[in-house]
Amino acid sequence: MKPVNAIIQEVRSETPSIRTYRFDLSLNPAPGQYAMVWVHGADEIPMGFSGPETITVNAVGDATRALFKLSPGSSLGIRGPLGNGFTLVGDKILLIGGGVGVAPLAYLGETAHDLGLEVDSLIGFRSADDMIFRSRFMHLGKTVLTTDDGSIGIHGRVSAGLAGLDLESYSQIYLCGPEMMMWDVISRTKDHASRIQACINRYFKCGIGLCGSCCLDPEGIRVCKEGPVIQADRLLDSEFGRYRRGPAGDKGPCRG
Amino acid sequence: MASLSGDVGGLELKNPIMLAAGILGTTGASLRRAALAGAGAVVTKSVGLEPRSGHPGPNVVDVGCGLINAMGLPGPGYLNFQEEIDLASASGVPVVASIFGASPEEFAMVASGLKADAYELNLSCPHAECYGAELGRHPDMVESVTRAVKSSVSSPIWVKLTPNVSDIAELGLAAQRGGADAVVAINTLKAMAIDIESGYPILGNKFGGLSGPAIKPVAIKCVYDLSFALEIPVIGVGGVSSWEDAVEMIMAGARGVQVGTALSRGYEVFGEISRGLSSYLDRKCLTLSDLCGMARRQM
Repeated sequence: MKPVNAIIQEVRSETPSIRTYRFDLSLNPAPGQYAMVWVHGADEIPMGFSGPETITVNAVGDATRALFKLSPGSSLGIRGPLGNGFTLVGDKILLIGGGVGVAPLAYLGETAHDLGLEVDSLIGFRSADDMIFRSRFMHLGKTVLTTDDGSIGIHGRVSAGLAGLDLESYSQIYLCGPEMMMWDVISRTKDHASRIQACINRYFKCGIGLCGSCCLDPEGIRVCKEGPVIQADRLLDSEFGRYRRGPAGDKGPCRG
Repeated sequence: MASLSGDVGGLELKNPIMLAAGILGTTGASLRRAALAGAGAVVTKSVGLEPRSGHPGPNVVDVGCGLINAMGLPGPGYLNFQEEIDLASASGVPVVASIFGASPEEFAMVASGLKADAYELNLSCPHAECYGAELGRHPDMVESVTRAVKSSVSSPIWVKLTPNVSDIAELGLAAQRGGADAVVAINTLKAMAIDIESGYPILGNKFGGLSGPAIKPVAIKCVYDLSFALEIPVIGVGGVSSWEDAVEMIMAGARGVQVGTALSRGYEVFGEISRGLSSYLDRKCLTLSDLCGMARRQM
């Protein structure tokens, strides 16, 4: 598809570096799907949905900084929704998110809650100042909060919040956040890997499974098309958490 | 079932349907998937001397009749690429390294630094400054690049040609003079799309190359002309998405057929095309060599 023109209706500041943009389009994305967002004159970047008409963006690069200069009334090009989103399984689920990665989980949780599922959450941030969507999660059910600096909630990484949860009691676990945070959780919960759906990212260029820049070793999973949600047992022996390719296709360290 | 095996441009292939350059060819794992799905050979993403990040996005736009892309030759550089070729080779099908450079010397350096079953010289990418078609539209340059690579490696050399010239056969003849073992035709056609709401050209590079169903008739004509003009084999590529398209390409004179944009349907296309081609040959009581160039003999 060609990019569809989307007009920004509302910009909300979640933290100094995170903003939510609401569009005039109803794309009806499944939680976990993404859009290729074209910031005119800058670049086109993949963004997960934080709601049916919203994306939530952390300013980390040139394109996101260019996006931050836009205000209501400005337009963007949107290709999407793309990829495979989360699949709801069972009647009691756990969301585990870190940083801006909680955004698609908040959307998933609300969708699940509306369908009558029981939804618990474990969400972590660097500090209280970086926290987003806490009330959205608390509205859904039991919410465990962690911060790296201990400014609110449990002091420690997201995995520090696992101890208080009975993972066995959840029919499915949904994970999204910085790669090393997700890897930390997956590697500590290997027994549950077949019940964990992880929303991951790689360097996407085409978004339609053709260019090959996002393929995950060793299976060659086209993350932009077959993902970005991938069952964690397929990640255990993959490049995930070990290395990732950059825009040139060369291997580099995982960040976050 | 009719046999699809045979020699294509100096490589013995189990079937003539190959993965085209630039599609799912950045990693050994994705090349291996194409091989396991039934590709007769796989061609890597083009690799050059240095790592390159490519153009800013959007890199691809679907215009309904095909795709326009301007990736900008992203790649890790040849020194980081041998491990991907080796991984792909472990699948058992021939791996063709697509390479690019800014001069005959650069091409020769990249080729001699990579071990592959064959080399496909990218003298045809339409959207990378100083590379691809900027060299490849000049017959003299095609000949010198081909000769430089031919004298530095022993594996077969295929030269991928640009259709963005008035007479592609001149380029094919130049490749043949330079010692090419085959030519591959065609690369994408120069193209552009504009977003009418904002007025911006959609691609980050402003223009790019058109692939997919829209260019198949152009590719058929180029292959038809080249196979008449050349002694060396022609490998057809451009808009092939079904076994019927592959039959048509072979009838135009192609010994092998590459598939690219159709991979958007999934890796299954290789099996579908090979099976369809084989059944067709059975139904018509023909061999692959009977089919090759049939369109020129039907007069």
